[in-house]
Amino acid sequence: MSVQPNVGKSVVEIQGLTKRFERGDVVALQDIDLAIEPGEFISLIGPSGCGKSTLLRIIGDLIEPTSGTVTVNGKPAPRARADHDYGIVFQDSVLFDWRTVAKNVSLPLEMLGWERARRKARVDEMLALVELQGFGDHHPWQLSGGMQMRVAIARALALEPALLLMDEPFGALDEMTRERLNMELLGIWDASKSTVVFVTHSIAEAVFLSTRTVVMSARPGRIANVIEIDLPYPRTSSTREDPHYFELVTRVREALHLGSDLDAVAP
Amino acid sequence: MSAQPVAVAPVPRGALSRRVGRRALDWLPAVIVLILVLVIWQESIAIFDIKRFLAPKPTAIAGNFWDNRSELLRAGWFTFQEALGGWAIGCGLGILVALVLARWRRLGRALQPYAIAASAIPIIAFAPITNAWFGPFGKTSKMAIAAVLCFFPVFVNTVRGLTSVRPSSIELMRSYAAGELDIFRRVRFPTALPFIFTALKIGTVLSMIGAIVGEYFGGSFTALGVLISSKTSTFDFEEAWAGIGVACAFGIAFYLAVAALERVALRGAPSTED
Repeated sequence: MSVQPNVGKSVVEIQGLTKRFERGDVVALQDIDLAIEPGEFISLIGPSGCGKSTLLRIIGDLIEPTSGTVTVNGKPAPRARADHDYGIVFQDSVLFDWRTVAKNVSLPLEMLGWERARRKARVDEMLALVELQGFGDHHPWQLSGGMQMRVAIARALALEPALLLMDEPFGALDEMTRERLNMELLGIWDASKSTVVFVTHSIAEAVFLSTRTVVMSARPGRIANVIEIDLPYPRTSSTREDPHYFELVTRVREALHLGSDLDAVAP
Repeated sequence: MSAQPVAVAPVPRGALSRRVGRRALDWLPAVIVLILVLVIWQESIAIFDIKRFLAPKPTAIAGNFWDNRSELLRAGWFTFQEALGGWAIGCGLGILVALVLARWRRLGRALQPYAIAASAIPIIAFAPITNAWFGPFGKTSKMAIAAVLCFFPVFVNTVRGLTSVRPSSIELMRSYAAGELDIFRRVRFPTALPFIFTALKIGTVLSMIGAIVGEYFGGSFTALGVLISSKTSTFDFEEAWAGIGVACAFGIAFYLAVAALERVALRGAPSTED
């Protein structure tokens, strides 16, 4: 199970978190405890309705928890949001059509009042990181879905946040593009030294990417299991053929099924 | 990985003459239709012996326009000023009210049904009333009608534009700890802009109609609506038709001017070509 939280050191620390939605009186999340250490790549996986996206939004202070505490970089979540401590990537790339690719990436920098020259330098650096040099003057609708997602990742990393929150970012892409972006994401993660919380419903993706996979169950959303993914980095296409990779995929799948059995027994 | 631009190629930057040439080619079918219609019109009047008060010959209308061009254009300009003023007032108010109602949703929910219901009022019937309010001979009474006509499409479209922002866009901005004003400036307003321009273009034509119809219920002798109605009553149908042509020309020019403004404001956005 999860490592004992090391107070003041964890990037994200969640204690006794419960979220109840007023409408319909739905318990979205119940008694969530989770500590995420610097440099970790955490996947949240579970059936739809298990609250994994809600949990991600609570970490980002986009949704308020009903009870419990969430600290990010040792600060309460609202404080961390105000301090721009995290970058977020949604399932949809959420790029603004009226801005060029470069202007989309520089949006968070503009909000912080960075000067033009400094903005340009950082944008160039970010576009290089996601291998989109030379596309700065294009508009988002001129790019493919995979390229748009890379722009969204560049924008999320522009302020060099300690924490990168990703909500099923590759869910809408085809399998080939998804596998390629998985590989690239690991490269970016390694280069940026940030901590990643990654919501997905793909077991293969969760195992391939993460240092730990948090398996959730639905109604109410709870953490069913946390599985260490002890595959060596850097992970390559041969990782996907490693017998241990298959073992871990099986373990995550079983944990998911156990979680849904639990669901069936629960009132 | 080699990244290549896909899906939509950027606008090619060919030689200006080539671009103008292609533009002309795009317009060619429309020009042919216009010429055909005029020719059929002209010939069928002779063939079917159509009476002059039903429809004069296009050549007769054109000749009349040329003879009375200074009178007609002065009248057109006068009416256009009324339309422009009314358009500016109506569109300005439409956008302003939409901003207020989109910002304070509860107020919006209370008022919007009435605002939309009010658009069902036959505004034209108000023309005599605005004449009574602002006097029939000045421009103000016609501006009022044009303004009311422009108000509704602009108001409705602006509200739709301001509220059609995707929730994820708002979440993204909130993740940057953006305030209301930042969200408005960087997301809501740019999202609404294409909607607003659509309504502004509709407004150009409506405002010309509003001004001319208003003039039918009394107005300055230099106004186009008054000119058209008085020429009809004195059986000077050629000049009445020429007046209608001038009204169309001003309306189209107004529309194209706003469309050009739109192209400048929305450059970079997909599919602004129409």
